[in-house]
Amino acid sequence: MISQTQLKLPDPERDHIQGAINAPIALLEYGDYECLFCGEVQPIVREIQRRLGDDLCFAFRHFPLTNVHPHAEHAAEAAEGAGEQGAFWPMHEMLFANQAALDDESLAEYAAALGLNAKRLIQEVISGAHAQRIHEDFKSGVRAGVNGTPSFFINGQRYDGARAFEPLLAAISQPARIT
Amino acid sequence: MTGDQDARASSQLRSKREGSLRDTQIRFRFLMPTTAEANTATNPKSGQGNDYKEMYSKSRPKALPSGVEAPDFTLRSTPDQWLALSEFRGQPVVLAFYPADWSPVCGDQMALYNEMLKEFHELGAELIGISVDGAWCHAAFARDRKLHFPLLADFEPKGDVARRYGVYRDKDGVSERALFVIDAEGKVHWSFVSPIGVNPGADGILSALEDLQNKQATLATT
Repeated sequence: MISQTQLKLPDPERDHIQGAINAPIALLEYGDYECLFCGEVQPIVREIQRRLGDDLCFAFRHFPLTNVHPHAEHAAEAAEGAGEQGAFWPMHEMLFANQAALDDESLAEYAAALGLNAKRLIQEVISGAHAQRIHEDFKSGVRAGVNGTPSFFINGQRYDGARAFEPLLAAISQPARIT
Repeated sequence: MTGDQDARASSQLRSKREGSLRDTQIRFRFLMPTTAEANTATNPKSGQGNDYKEMYSKSRPKALPSGVEAPDFTLRSTPDQWLALSEFRGQPVVLAFYPADWSPVCGDQMALYNEMLKEFHELGAELIGISVDGAWCHAAFARDRKLHFPLLADFEPKGDVARRYGVYRDKDGVSERALFVIDAEGKVHWSFVSPIGVNPGADGILSALEDLQNKQATLATT
């Protein structure tokens, strides 16, 4: 069954991660910055990170549904562009906090607000400088059985429960996971 | 204020403007589970996702298995155009039966496949969606979701094609959420029936198409 799909754990060489790569629990999210459900789950992810501290490694991969979310691809580009300037996670937060305004002009504003080189970032966004990487993320998700966003994998195992704090935390902190 | 706080403040302003849209979506979610919630319908321990169970009857699908001839059909693809399966002879076809336009899970599933057309085309395959909705309904749905593949109307006689593929739900008047990969010779290569509330994703389709490609490559070298 698809829910049994195992996924390659976050790759420190290419993935954006928070926490130590050798932490006992790896939580991987496939998300889309224009997806409202992804936006709603962000505070939950942050709280789980706060609770689990060093026991958790969190990684994010892009899964933009570009036909239904016309700004999702450029938003993902902006996150990657910010990553090039050492600010992937601040931009990640910024985008989820501003899901209703992800046009190019707003993306440039956010880059400036984060103290980044906004001109360089927006050039990368418009030229699709990180399109291949974003598509790699998307394809890896499809292969692993991602069928929509947000999708979570806990130590490589797809999480099919409700996207709410209690069930997600319970699934993540099953005793067997922390050795 | 830091940039982050600033951003959040402006987000609140904006979310007021977006409020009505969000409210509609949230209200809608009470009626129909999201993908993840629907997925829990398959897990008896979760006690969630009952909405779909109540909405649809229990069914015992007898989808056509691999190896059998895929029944040919001709259905409306738009209010004034028709499409026949036999037109695709010589290349693999992915038939995605789904219960209804507009329901959230179908939307997610079709939105996902829409993003994957390039991958399907790279594997030489065409994708076709089929439901019992009429051609005008399909046209509105495809326009709204910006779908770039045909949706066929299994509308009259209602569900006739779904029936012939063994994936019609008599009690519900809709088809199963079922996938068929038809090979270049018009035979079923792979089929899969998903629980009706669960978006089956695309990994199974990709594996089936790759399998076909490998078989073809083997045939070509022997």
